[in-house]
Amino acid sequence: MSLTPEPASDPARDPASGSASDPAAQPSSGASASFRGIGRPDPLLRVRGLAKSFRDQQVLRSIDLDVARGKVLVLIGPSGSGKTTILRSLDGLETPDAGTIEITGGDAPLSIDFGEKRKRRYAERQRDELRDRSAMVFQHYNLFPHKTVLQNVTEAPLRVQKRPRAEVEAEALKLLERVGLSEKRDSYPFELSGGQQQRVGIVRALALKPQILLFDEPTSALDPEIVGDVLGIMAELAAEGWTMVVVTHEIAFAREVADEVLFLDGGVIVESGPPEQIFTAPRQARTRTFLERLLRPLS
Amino acid sequence: MDWDLALSAVGPMLLGAVRGTIPLTLLSFTFGMVIALGVALARISRVKVLSGAARFYISVIRGTPLLVQLFVIFYGLPSVGLTVDPWPSAVFAFSLNVGGYAAEIIRAAILSVPKGQWEAGFTAGMSRRMTLRRIILPQAARVSVPPLSNTFISLVKDTSLASLILVTEMFREAQKVAAFSQEFMLLYMEAAALYWVICLILSSAQNRVEKRLDRYVAHA
Repeated sequence: MSLTPEPASDPARDPASGSASDPAAQPSSGASASFRGIGRPDPLLRVRGLAKSFRDQQVLRSIDLDVARGKVLVLIGPSGSGKTTILRSLDGLETPDAGTIEITGGDAPLSIDFGEKRKRRYAERQRDELRDRSAMVFQHYNLFPHKTVLQNVTEAPLRVQKRPRAEVEAEALKLLERVGLSEKRDSYPFELSGGQQQRVGIVRALALKPQILLFDEPTSALDPEIVGDVLGIMAELAAEGWTMVVVTHEIAFAREVADEVLFLDGGVIVESGPPEQIFTAPRQARTRTFLERLLRPLS
Repeated sequence: MDWDLALSAVGPMLLGAVRGTIPLTLLSFTFGMVIALGVALARISRVKVLSGAARFYISVIRGTPLLVQLFVIFYGLPSVGLTVDPWPSAVFAFSLNVGGYAAEIIRAAILSVPKGQWEAGFTAGMSRRMTLRRIILPQAARVSVPPLSNTFISLVKDTSLASLILVTEMFREAQKVAAFSQEFMLLYMEAAALYWVICLILSSAQNRVEKRLDRYVAHA
């Protein structure tokens, strides 16, 4: 069964996806697979020269990255390397000091240049647009504790996107059923386990029908035996053609699901490439050291 | 003890409570909460002028006695050409006072909601205002019920100060009977007992509200 709604299957939010004039707009994994070996498809997300400092500490120095529609980019690296800051910048939760973020496709391509000094109102509107197009799954779930599971999922589609309740609830229930939580629809988050909360977190993000799904260490707060459930759902989403950027330490997940892996350290991209290459034949010494520590922490 | 006198004073005092103490408390608390919410939001605003003004207001209210505030409004304002009747003066002074204290409570409650809740709202495309209204304030409300109940109960008792600016409320009725009968101990103890009963009722109401707001929180 498909984790409908698919991101690009809704013509209201993404009219270009259905049009024949945009061949890159096919979200299914079958279509995107055909791009392999014939050069890069047009990226959905293009980031250039992203830089960010907190006080006098520079956490990102000129980050470039591309994610094509339906592809999965995994960011790995030691803590403090800047991977979470990249993710948060993509969601407008952090405002970079410089650089551009472009999201192509859809009826209105978005292009934000953070380096330009503009009026704050304008910058905020741009940032809000980023928030409309992407949805984040948080490490600590961040479910709304005063709302039921169903209300958590339907809140934004109803209030922000102003879609009809019947439609929104039907979709939400379908998604909850898919992750095995339809019986919990009227429970409050405190009544759920961590794994269940994170599944609601994922469903809440999906219900927004974002162009890009962002995952910020989604399994880091979970008990080890539950991690697989959440990763499994994410792998299914990837297979269904959702465009994803994932910060994780789960190497096995990255190896199987990622189309591209970025290794970051000290705010720069040390190395990037397909997972086979990064994990089996890393070119950089720093990448090797990091992976060795991750895989054999005692040696 | 003169039980007949005590009994005969219950009527006027309860009337004073119904006509004075209770509406004075409810009105002042309602206006005070509106002021408090506005001041709390101004206080956490990124606009310096707003947060500065809010800080000044809170500082003045908390740094001066309520009785002085009452007197400034009722006895002071007429000398600059602004005469306000006792009742509106009292409501005005108590509202401002509650506004100052409750603003700090609400501000602390808003700040106690984890940052991740704001971000969860933002990532869903909610504006600051919508996130505040739909996500943050409901959670802040739960946190602020106990301290706001304190403020409310204090206000019930503080309204007795209105007797000093000629508002007919419960304590003023007690004063009248006491002055007439010279039974000060009896009547002031009676007034104290009545205030206590009102506050007991309010405390149990507070418990109920807290239980209701706690329904979505894990109980240890």
